[in-house]
Amino acid sequence: MSLSTPPPINHFTERLTLHYDPGLKRNRFNQVANAIAAFFAALAVVPLFLVLIYVLIQGGRLISLQLLTDLPPAPGLEGGGIGNAIIGTIVVTLIASLIAIPVGVGGGVYLSEYAQNGWFSKFVRFGNDVLAGVPSIISGVFVYSLIVATRVFFDQSFSAMAGGIALSVLMLPTVIKTTYEGLLLVPQEMRMGAYGVGASRFVTITQITLPAAFTPIATGVVLGIARAAGETAPLIFTALFSPFWPEGLFHPIATMSVLIFNFAIMPYEAQNELAWAASFVLVIMILGANLLARWISHASRS
Amino acid sequence: MRSAPPIDAFTLRRRPPQEKLIDIGFRQLTLVLAASVGIILLAIFLTVFSGAREAMATFGFKFLTTSAWDPVNEQYGALIAIYGTLVTAILSLLIAIPIGLGTAIFITEDLLPSKLREAIGLMVELLAAIPSVVLGLWAIFVMEPAIRPFLNLLHTTLGWTPFFSTAPQGSGTAPAILILVVMVLPIITAISRDALNQVPIELRQGAYGVGTTRWGAIFNVILPAAVSSIMGGVMLSLGRAMGETMAVTMIIGNSLNFSVSLLAPGNTIASMLANQFGEADGIQVSALMYAAVVLMVLTFVVNVLAQWIVRRLSLRY
Repeated sequence: MSLSTPPPINHFTERLTLHYDPGLKRNRFNQVANAIAAFFAALAVVPLFLVLIYVLIQGGRLISLQLLTDLPPAPGLEGGGIGNAIIGTIVVTLIASLIAIPVGVGGGVYLSEYAQNGWFSKFVRFGNDVLAGVPSIISGVFVYSLIVATRVFFDQSFSAMAGGIALSVLMLPTVIKTTYEGLLLVPQEMRMGAYGVGASRFVTITQITLPAAFTPIATGVVLGIARAAGETAPLIFTALFSPFWPEGLFHPIATMSVLIFNFAIMPYEAQNELAWAASFVLVIMILGANLLARWISHASRS
Repeated sequence: MRSAPPIDAFTLRRRPPQEKLIDIGFRQLTLVLAASVGIILLAIFLTVFSGAREAMATFGFKFLTTSAWDPVNEQYGALIAIYGTLVTAILSLLIAIPIGLGTAIFITEDLLPSKLREAIGLMVELLAAIPSVVLGLWAIFVMEPAIRPFLNLLHTTLGWTPFFSTAPQGSGTAPAILILVVMVLPIITAISRDALNQVPIELRQGAYGVGTTRWGAIFNVILPAAVSSIMGGVMLSLGRAMGETMAVTMIIGNSLNFSVSLLAPGNTIASMLANQFGEADGIQVSALMYAAVVLMVLTFVVNVLAQWIVRRLSLRY
């Protein structure tokens, strides 16, 4: 048969032309499956909207300067604010960051720049994954028995310091993982170039490798801070709560997350409203941090 | 031909001792910082175990199978909390897996313009960022009143089964399961999406090339190729669901009485810890530590299993 002659029009080629029969069983199944997937996707987005709407409306309408700067009222009284809890959240998160970021970045540097992929680095990476999976309440129990019950800090039991340490335990795995993975993305040629012009290992890491990996590390760190700021479970019995202004790093301190927990289950309207207001402030802070992280990684890509 | 320049035209720079010192010091410092992960992990295990020793000696394995929680007579058993932990975590996953996987498929296959898909992905990720205590607050004041009629209906129509045998009374296991679904859904969706995105394009092209439909390709080619990562993600979310504290504590009712009914108040290990640890003393602290050991072992096993699944079950293509 010659290839140049067009095939005669017959039944066979007619079946080869493209046509789509929506009535076929498999096409009907396709339609149904599409609809189910779309329904599930809608279902997954609904809770975000419902939570955000309620937090923004219920909490947002209460926001005033007085609310942001006053102390919470005594049970049964009206008014008051969440000023001490806002400061407390910032203080405790700051303590956690000051511990977790240097330790985590250092550990990540070791894993990526020095480790030889031997048993030690395998163990550390495995341990890091396990630590990331430890329930947050366990970190509270741990710091409680290690620091609070033993009163190591100036004979103080519950303290902002203990709360910050408990949060740092939760932040650490995130920071290590993002640092390690960020450094792995730095091209080997940059390190070679630095060694080639005579830079020492230390100078190469601090001046070349770490700055090159700044974006992924910063993104991970910001996300880690945002997550720590919203954590409650490790703080309930480490930082405890306080109806007063912060008295120092070694005294109990109020935080927004614990305030929400305590005030949500109180039978007083004023306290419940403060819980919503604190949720509003917390959610705005955390979503802001998330969008910031997204912006950091986006700005560097374009 | 010119002769090669004499070798001393180049002066080799000797590294000054302080530069070497800094180099070695920095290396040792990062080594210590990396080791801190292992030290912290070990310290957590040792602290909780040593705190639990007293209760372990007193109650033994009976602790796991009895449900008395009686501070007055110093009788402790964690069965209610263990049962609650497993039931809430597993049931919430059973609901969240199809929804999360469906969402992940919806935003990775080209059913929609990519802008819209990215928007849905972003929204699911933002849901993961909302603190659990805020979700708990929302569950108490918004979700639970909203689903009460539905739970009542479940009780009236299915009340003859033990699982719905009690009338809903505000807080309970069922609302706790629903809020857990909201919390693990973003994790499952995100991990499934990454897994589906990593399936090589050739596999899809091959499937479409032999003339299958979209869902034929998804069920027969794409999902099997991604199943190990998805399973790993599911196990990770199981660990997360078992350890989740705040939202569950606020809505589950923290009951000390055993009930099979999902509409009755229940308890989990994490919420028991959150509620009682601050005020406990004597052997109650040790009993709570024992419960913490159980929770830690459960999450440890689940997490290690997750890593193992990802490593072992991955298809080679």
